[in-house]
Amino acid sequence: MTDVPSPQGWVRSEDAPRLPAPPNTTGPVGWMLTNLFSSPMNSVLTILGASFVIWIAWGVIDWALIRGVFTGEDREACVAVPNSGACWPYVWAKFHQFVYGFYPFDQRWRVNICFIVGAVTLATMAMPSLPYKKWNALFLLVVYPLMTFVLLTGGNLNLSSATIYFITGALLFSALVVPIAAFGIEEGIQRNKLALILAGIAVAIWLVSLFVSMPEINAFGGFISVATLINLLLLTAAAVLSIGHRASTRDIAARSALLGWVGAVSAIIAVLVLVTADFGLVQVETQQWGGLLVTLVVAVTGIVAALPLGILLALGRRSKMVVVRLFSIVFIEVWRGVPLITVLFMASIMLPLFLPEGTNFDKLLRALVGTALFSAAYMAETVRGGLQAIPRGQYEAAQALGLSYWRMMNLIVLPQALKIVIPGIVNAFISLFKDTTLVLIIGLFDLLGIINASFSDPKWVSPQTGTTGYFVAALMFWVFCFAMSRYSLFMERRLATGHKRRGI
Amino acid sequence: MAQASAQRVEKNEAGEVAIQLLGVNKWYGEFHVLRDINLSVDRGERIVICGPSGSGKSTLIRCINRLEEHQSGQIIVDGNELTNDLKRIDEVRREVGMVFQHFNLFPHLTVLENCTLAPIWVRKMSKADAEAAAMKYLTRVKIPEQANKYPGQLSGGQQQRVAIARSLCMNPKIMLFDEPTSALDPEMIKEVLEVMVDLAQSGMTMICVTHEMGFARQVANRVIFMDQGQIIEQNSPVEFFNNPKSERTKLFLSQILH
Repeated sequence: MTDVPSPQGWVRSEDAPRLPAPPNTTGPVGWMLTNLFSSPMNSVLTILGASFVIWIAWGVIDWALIRGVFTGEDREACVAVPNSGACWPYVWAKFHQFVYGFYPFDQRWRVNICFIVGAVTLATMAMPSLPYKKWNALFLLVVYPLMTFVLLTGGNLNLSSATIYFITGALLFSALVVPIAAFGIEEGIQRNKLALILAGIAVAIWLVSLFVSMPEINAFGGFISVATLINLLLLTAAAVLSIGHRASTRDIAARSALLGWVGAVSAIIAVLVLVTADFGLVQVETQQWGGLLVTLVVAVTGIVAALPLGILLALGRRSKMVVVRLFSIVFIEVWRGVPLITVLFMASIMLPLFLPEGTNFDKLLRALVGTALFSAAYMAETVRGGLQAIPRGQYEAAQALGLSYWRMMNLIVLPQALKIVIPGIVNAFISLFKDTTLVLIIGLFDLLGIINASFSDPKWVSPQTGTTGYFVAALMFWVFCFAMSRYSLFMERRLATGHKRRGI
Repeated sequence: MAQASAQRVEKNEAGEVAIQLLGVNKWYGEFHVLRDINLSVDRGERIVICGPSGSGKSTLIRCINRLEEHQSGQIIVDGNELTNDLKRIDEVRREVGMVFQHFNLFPHLTVLENCTLAPIWVRKMSKADAEAAAMKYLTRVKIPEQANKYPGQLSGGQQQRVAIARSLCMNPKIMLFDEPTSALDPEMIKEVLEVMVDLAQSGMTMICVTHEMGFARQVANRVIFMDQGQIIEQNSPVEFFNNPKSERTKLFLSQILH
């Protein structure tokens, strides 16, 4: 640096020395100087902001900890102290109710098992470094819901004979899909005309029997309507035709279609056997559930159902098939256009009016279906945003390699699209989690509902009970939502590595 | 021209014809983008298609693996006529590889996964076999050491070579190139062209849409000139470049050869 370079023909004779960075640009002091006090305006804002944060934080700490009452047997403890803060003894006394609602005391171990198993498998699933993701996912999505259902309700589900006939009919009917899956739509229909006609007659009889009462006869140890009996016979014949025809061919596609159908049907039957089996558990009506338990059941079911349904709806909305597209658009727009409260009211009050007499859906189940479909509609639009961001070249490259539609979507498009919309998806999850508080209006006691209800307990009436209760509710909701938010940030950062696109 | 290709059909009835287009027409809305295209490509033949932008070259080769639908005429690829029959389309796509102007690698998969995806899912190869084949082709395009990187970490030329390897992994009978070097920086064009020349010399049936006239001279059996959706002229490279017949060809050549 010492010799002044002349404009032409200059060559550096020795390397310029490497010097340390100037003081106050690195380390904590440097960080504060560049980020907090870089200009007079910035310094003023920093001081104002910090004062505000300290003021709020001090208020909370003063109320919750310094003036808070921590011990006591009833309201006297909180009322006795003048100008007291949070009434914590109330929370200690009611905490079990916040978590379990009115779930029978001696049965709460069942809820605990569900909580613990759920937390452990979810945590192992969420940590990318742990192995066996496939088995973990299988457990979490198939075994765990069944286990939870049996444990929480007590299982031993009582299916009416009408329901059993309906399920049997539906399973037999599904056999018609086998030839179509094996040979494609046109050839599948061609080869299986007779079975399709039989099934068509069965569906027609079923539709008529909904409006016209049919004579009943005594069979299978009970009364069964003639229409049902004829339908079951017709559908059995149709199923035998569809499957029998397939089993005789040596075509690999036909074989795998048949195996797929057999697998699906056995899985459904296995599930039915499991939920109707008697495990000797005491039945616990969903009316008795409450608190965090209801919040988690509604939110988790909603989340787990909304994502796949939303993806299907998003794909449907972009489909070339007009009927599929129209159905998706109508579904999404109807559910999005209706407030969640209306959906819940409809599910709890209106739906029973339309259902045939005698069918009795559980109230919680109805709320679950309502929230799941509602959030699926929102999810669909989020996912569609991601799908639109994938360049057309990705579809073309996948097609040019001979990938089928579903493989292309599964392997190429969705992994990229979903990655883009992780913030949106988690946003939907978080808002769904908080929306579960609305089930209060149809008489289900979620976390907020049960805290609200506990205020009326004369044993704990005090000026601070309400504030403390709402503070705990807010804190518990915040913990779950904040965890989801942080995890989504972590996943975003993890998935972003090495994927930066160049040249596209 | 229709007569010429008709003769060609008769001559090659014994399965020598790889691709056959008969009276193909295509419209984008009201716009007639392909007009009465007749073309027959023999096995092992290497064809370069050139022409001004908007002349329908890309649309033409995209019709060959049904990325675009044609509205009239026949396209027969490797004995399969392209119609709405999805099975036929799948069969054709399995045998026809395609390389795009913008590479279209899958950014969420590594180079190796890009190459093994289709063999595993479409050809039902085992993972080990697919990976061995992928490494073979990555070696052939001279980037085996990049196998575990993501496409975003490679240069344009490297990405395009991966794209070629990805197509080759499906062991295609026919390769289509849609302006493979147009999106590349000048110093990277050569490395891609070298790979393409190597492929051409191995006897692959190739159709290239490109403006690389040096490549056309070196490897093409036939050069086709398109303008306004029609085939204007086709000839051997020597004749095409030294002795163009049509005025439009002459004008085009004068514009691209300085």
